[in-house]
Amino acid sequence: MLGIIRQKAFGQSLQRIRPVASSWGGYSSTSKQMMVREALNSALDEEMSADPKVLLMGEEVGEYQGAYKISKGLLEKYGPERVLDTPITEAGFTGIGVGAAFYGLKPIVEFMTFNFSMQAIDHIINSAAKTSYMSAGQISVPIVFRGPNGAAAGVGAQHSQCYASWYASCPGLKVLAPYSSEDARGLLKAAIRDPDPVVFLENELLYGESFPVSAEVLDSSFCLPIGKAKIEREGKDVTITAFSKMVGYALKAAEILAKDGISAEIINLRSIRPLDRPAINASVRKTNRLVTVEEGFPQHGVGAEICASIIEDSFGYLDAPVERITGADVPMPYAANLERMALPQIFMNAARR
Amino acid sequence: MALAHLTSSSRSNLLKPSPPSYPTLILSAVRSPPPPTPLLSRLPFRSLLTNASLLPAPSRPLLKSLFLSSATWLRCGGWRSPPILYKAKLIRGFCHLYDGQEAVAVGMEAAITKKDCIITAYRDHCTFVGRGGTLLEVFSELMGRQAGCSNGKGGSMHFYRKDAGFYGGHGIVGAQVPLGCGLAFAQKYSKGETVTFALYGDGAANQGQLFEALNISALWDLPVILICENNHYGMGTAEWRASKSPAYYKRGDYVPGLKVDGMDALAVKQACKFAKEHVLRNGPIILEMDTYRYHGHSMSDPGSTYRTRDEISGVRQERDPIERIRKVILAHDLATEKELKDFEKEIRKEVDQAIAQAKESPMPEPSELFANVYVKGLGTEAFGADRKEVRAVLP
Repeated sequence: MLGIIRQKAFGQSLQRIRPVASSWGGYSSTSKQMMVREALNSALDEEMSADPKVLLMGEEVGEYQGAYKISKGLLEKYGPERVLDTPITEAGFTGIGVGAAFYGLKPIVEFMTFNFSMQAIDHIINSAAKTSYMSAGQISVPIVFRGPNGAAAGVGAQHSQCYASWYASCPGLKVLAPYSSEDARGLLKAAIRDPDPVVFLENELLYGESFPVSAEVLDSSFCLPIGKAKIEREGKDVTITAFSKMVGYALKAAEILAKDGISAEIINLRSIRPLDRPAINASVRKTNRLVTVEEGFPQHGVGAEICASIIEDSFGYLDAPVERITGADVPMPYAANLERMALPQIFMNAARR
Repeated sequence: MALAHLTSSSRSNLLKPSPPSYPTLILSAVRSPPPPTPLLSRLPFRSLLTNASLLPAPSRPLLKSLFLSSATWLRCGGWRSPPILYKAKLIRGFCHLYDGQEAVAVGMEAAITKKDCIITAYRDHCTFVGRGGTLLEVFSELMGRQAGCSNGKGGSMHFYRKDAGFYGGHGIVGAQVPLGCGLAFAQKYSKGETVTFALYGDGAANQGQLFEALNISALWDLPVILICENNHYGMGTAEWRASKSPAYYKRGDYVPGLKVDGMDALAVKQACKFAKEHVLRNGPIILEMDTYRYHGHSMSDPGSTYRTRDEISGVRQERDPIERIRKVILAHDLATEKELKDFEKEIRKEVDQAIAQAKESPMPEPSELFANVYVKGLGTEAFGADRKEVRAVLP
């Protein structure tokens, strides 16, 4: 039976299947709910308190408490020297952030959304990503570029693009896309501590979602490894890879498929660059079928890279061609029904194929 | 005023030295031996929103060292060799020569310490040497060899020397200015009492990101000095064709500016010293250096399609920076003609030696292809052109 999953802005908390491949092992039953917004805020707070070189700059991060309230309370705590409100000049302040990183500080540059990062993309790619290579390691760039990525609700074409594949194609960058609060905390802390430029793609609609977090996650030294995906749900019939908001959709799809007797393995990529190819390969070798899910444009997307990689490494194991579920190949429309059509809603069909 | 002055007869103006010419000033002031007398208002400066304060006349050791330093070795050997090496295909890609503009790099270097930072665009060879780079590193990097300052992986446009405060070496026009403001931000954050010099050309002076960074620098009082090396041509486009207002020192609007005779190393030095003191107290300043490049924009530009040879040779005769210093030194008997000639010979030899050594240096190892992509590679895989054949694990 075909059901249409309605696009839910605020999903209910998801039942966590005990992850086997996670490096943190199993934890005891979860005790606390944490919103992604709080997770990010606490990660920023802890890293800023641990290292005086860490600073935050961006539009409205200070007095406004953050355009999405991610940096709430940080200005009061750390002062205007470390939490800097910038004018609306992305090229200028991103360049300043990269220059500060050249000197040895650890700036976190916030883009109000990654759509605006295009104004500064020369600094992200040419000034940040390539400098360690061009200087043969003399100059490192320990910077984090973070902000919401992808579609929100009804914000139109210029505010809805997903930049995962653009940034992930560039050597010298690391690209992370958290889903849950645990991902948000662990990956942001890892990104801030990492000595290379990291593009940290959040999602506006996930900010308000709550996820259970364990005591380990709440510890201030909690950090997730960059480059490792997480098996959110184990299965044996089909592998579904997703990142960011799509992981939630994939998990719901898995529930529905399970009722039809199809056991789907859901992989939360977490890290788009470096991509955890070993984990995806291992999963596909087990299930023999792959569906990739993403919000972004289809051509040259993350799914295309995963598909090509898997075919190179595990062709003999595939029982069916790889399927890609992506955003529609159109600029994002505003009308609610069209917007729904432009984003992945149903992918059980692909899984069944 | 400056605008009309420049648009009406833009080419011939380049031949006029900015008043007054330095040697005469010193001659009249210093007939008897030291102490040096203060210079009066005929400093070769024009200013906006600021008064360049009176600074004492330069000392003998300074004059000598200016001559003995980067300008000569670069001019003697450096500017002859790259074209030869380029024709021999030992230097490939882009090569942007600095000859004619040496006074800016040399004068600036004389005013600052290695803790101050410099960042510039792609015309960076002279600046790099001024920061302590060796000739061997320069020529090796140009030829893409291991002994190069970036192990051969950067090329002509990407020289770096972080431990001496030289942050490159940037290929994207204008990008170095926000980066320089970022360096100044970090210096202020670290409470170092040091400053950053961000150099750019007249071609880059219209870049939006420059004004964005300047606005933030002025708001946050960053200790950054923006130096516009105005050589009057952005590649092949004369400044009056590219800029509605070629008075680049005035472009700051709310940021003070100073226009300096960029062919006069001593004026440059005084301006930079003044600027350093200024920005540590007051936030950014713009220095416009009125300078000139003898070669074309790069090796593939003959440099004569958009300007006359007469203009080039005229500037060389009237305003050459090294000749000026030579004249001052000779006028003050700081060295004899012969000593200077001997010195130039030595330099030429050094340059030839460096080139020979650079030619001996090997090309980078194949494993270098995958080195330094990340500081922390996390064991991820990187692929070569044929993914099945060439793979590496990044440490």
